[in-house]
Formats: sequence, C-alpha cells, structure tokens
Amino acid sequence: MYAVRLWSVRHARGLNSFYRGFESLLLRLSGVFRALGFERVERPVAAVEKVVKTLLFDCRMCGQCVLSSTGMSCPMNCPKTLRNGPCGGVRDDGCCEVKPEMRCVWVEAYRGSERIPGGLAAMSQVQFAVDHRLQGRSSWLRVVREHGDKSAAP
Amino acid sequence: MRFDDEPVPGYPLPILPGHTSPGRFERVLRAGGFAVTTELAPPDSADPEDVYRRARVFDGFVDAINATDGSGANCHMSSLAVCALLTRIGYAPIMQISCRDKNRIAIQGDILGGAAMGVCNMLCLTGDGVQAGDHPQAKPVFDLDCVSLLDIARTLRDEHHFQSGRKISFAPRVFLGAAENPSALPHAWRAQRLAKKIAAGAQFIQTQYVYDLPLLRAFMAQVEALGLVGKVFILAGVGPLRSAKTADWMRRNVPGLHVPDATIARLQGAHDQAREGRNICVELIQQIRAIPGINGVHIMAYRQEESVAEIVDRSGVLQGRVCWYPGRDTMAQSERTAV
Repeated sequence: MYAVRLWSVRHARGLNSFYRGFESLLLRLSGVFRALGFERVERPVAAVEKVVKTLLFDCRMCGQCVLSSTGMSCPMNCPKTLRNGPCGGVRDDGCCEVKPEMRCVWVEAYRGSERIPGGLAAMSQVQFAVDHRLQGRSSWLRVVREHGDKSAAP
Repeated sequence: MRFDDEPVPGYPLPILPGHTSPGRFERVLRAGGFAVTTELAPPDSADPEDVYRRARVFDGFVDAINATDGSGANCHMSSLAVCALLTRIGYAPIMQISCRDKNRIAIQGDILGGAAMGVCNMLCLTGDGVQAGDHPQAKPVFDLDCVSLLDIARTLRDEHHFQSGRKISFAPRVFLGAAENPSALPHAWRAQRLAKKIAAGAQFIQTQYVYDLPLLRAFMAQVEALGLVGKVFILAGVGPLRSAKTADWMRRNVPGLHVPDATIARLQGAHDQAREGRNICVELIQQIRAIPGINGVHIMAYRQEESVAEIVDRSGVLQGRVCWYPGRDTMAQSERTAV
C-alpha cells in the first residue's frame, strides 16, 4: 500500500535494524532449513515473505532484495525498474515522470538511506542486472542458502 | 585537430595506449581538446539520404554525432542503422542505447553489431518511459538499467564475454558513455550517481540540457569533492531555445529540465526570440568552457540543427580547429559547397 510504503521509508532505520536481527535469526536456523530441504520450504516461506513485504514495501518479489541498500524503498516500484538510482526525469516536486501521482522511488530511497547508518554508502554500490529467474522466489531463503554455512561455523 | 596517423575516411585510427577505441572522439578528448558533439534526429524514413542530409549540416563543427535511440519514446529509424550509415562514410557517431525497448540479448547483439560496423562510441541510457512517446500502448522492457548496461558493455569489451559468461572471439573496441542530469532531484546525490556510472564503466558523460549555471557549478563542485575530475570526460548539454513560449513549455513538460525565469524573461524581451535563443546558447557555451572539469559541450538543437554550426562558430570553442568530416582533407569540396 502506497501510504505504508512511504511510512516504511520514514522508519527505514528501525526496519533495517529489525531486518538485521531477523536475518541473523534466519542464518542461525540455516541447519533447520537445510534439514527440511530448501526447495520444500521455498513456497511457504516465499508466501509469508510476500505478504509481509507487500504490506510494508509494495514488494514485487524480485527474489534479490536490495531494500537495505535503497533506504527501504523498493526499486522494483520504479516504472523503469531502475536498480541504481533515479533517472534524469524526476519532477521538481520529487514525483515520478511516468507516474506523476507517485513519489519518485529513488528520491524516497535517498531519504531512507540517509536514516540508515551506512545507507548512502550502500546505495552507492553498483547493482548488477536482475536475474529474472528469481522472480517470485524468497530473498530470505536465498540469503540463508548463500551465507548460512559461513555464519553457522563457530 | 588533425591526427598524423589519420587515414581517410576517419575510421579506424590505431588505438593508442590508454585508449579503448579506434575513434576520433576519444582521441580529441584524451588529447585535451574541448570536444563538441551534437544530436542527429533519426528520420521517419527508410531513405539513407535523409540521414546523410541531416549529418552534413554539422560538417566541420562537431567531433561526434549522437544517433538517438527512439528518443522521447517515439518511433524513428534505429540508432544502430543510423550509425552504420554514418560510419560508411567516416563520420564518428555515438550510438545511443536505451534499455526501454530491448532486453540484454538484443542489446549485447547490438553492441557487437555496432562495433563491427565501425561504431566507436556508445552511450548507455535508461530511456524515457513509453508514456512519453507516440506508442504509449507499447510494452516497456527495462530488463537492464543504464548502470547494469554499462557494466555489461564494459564486460564485453574488457573481459571478452557476454553477461552469461560465454566468450566472444573479438571484443568491441568502444568508448563508453552515459548521461547525467545535474538539474534533477535529488541534487545532493547526482554526483554520487555519476561515480556509480564511472565504476560501472562510463568514460564520458553527456548531460541533460543545462540552462542554470549555478546548478551545474554546484554539481561540478560535488564531482570534484568525490575525486571524479579526471576519471571521466564531461560534456555539458546545451541547446538553443526557439522562443520564450517553447522554453516555458519545455520546463513544464520535460521532467528534470530547469530553465531559470531570467532566461525566459530575456527571450520575451527580445525582438527576434530565436536569435536571442542562439545568443544565450553561445554565451552558455563560453561560460561552461571556463568551468574546470568540463571537457566539452553536447549541443541538442532539435528541429534547429542547422543552427549548430553557427553556434559553435560564434562560441569560438574550437579555436580554429576544423572537426573531421568526409572530404575535409581532400580537394573534392564541390559536393560540400553544393549543399
């Protein structure tokens, strides 16, 4: 929902801290996910992730979430799905050139990133082209898959 | 500027150390020249002569010609085809690549194809949304954005493989560019965005129209603060305003474009507004030339292309240099004088 999406950017700092905690919990549970089988838990986890993140961020389930690098403003809501910052067409009132009734996703991302410690540095990292095969899949599980082993090691 | 090792027609030059393309445009910039580029509006036609006619009006006054890629989301002859026609007779085109109409499979194919046709310069753009153009019912692609496109183009050139990792046998030798808009929000982050483009592969930048010099100076101060001066060649975008009415329409309807009230008032007060628009453009170019870190100007004179030569000439930025054009160095000038 649009109003909630803007709220999330205003509370980017808190949401980011919350996510950090949540992510470390997920990583600690990586053994459980592995035992159950990632593919078996993929659908239910993705379903939960979709509900939560759609409510908070109008998430599009790209499967490679970068919200921590975009001030909690989902870049997939940009009509051009830009992942690396605003285009040159931002209106003087900070709204989108394609959808004038919507705040530019990247103007919001800049505001949100200012609130997150290290947020602007994260926003300055180059994001590579999206892998469209991951559409609809869980970003949470992907993090666990890719980083679970490392953090599980004592 | 004439290069000792310049063959006729102008392409390809030997690639000098530190250069990535055999093109004249990169040579001019790296030799420290103040470069002038302009934009060719591709015709709504399949006649190659329409392209050549549009290119000839710039002869002698520009170092490279941008071939737009469906600019404003309007349908025209493709930028790849315009470039291929231009390189046939030695012009130095800058092939604009927009992410709006093609996915990464098509775009990588175009980069190889363009380079094979002698295109030495490519400008990586996101592109306008389809709602802006004459086919608002079209499907917007945006598989890539300008930064990921730059990354992919640089990978093709420097690492000799497609994004998939599959090897290519001969890399495109291209000089890569990107756009930036110093006038658009968020102002505080624009230079950082430029840094991102440089990190992804941008070697030169052409900006959106600049009419507000304080905004450009503020942007350049940020560029300097980030240590980017010298890491990229920056060409400031300029263009003649046809009238106060056009200027006002542009600033209301072209998102991200900023025309100061003083400029509009000056146009309004002029007897010949189009002429005053050209005067303003000449003065802007002269003032921009004095800003440290700016390496050239990109003149966008949509539907006033014939005024570009006069503007460049009056600005004096070429300092007597005659930019290469087909026939410059031969005696066969009869064709040119006939135009």
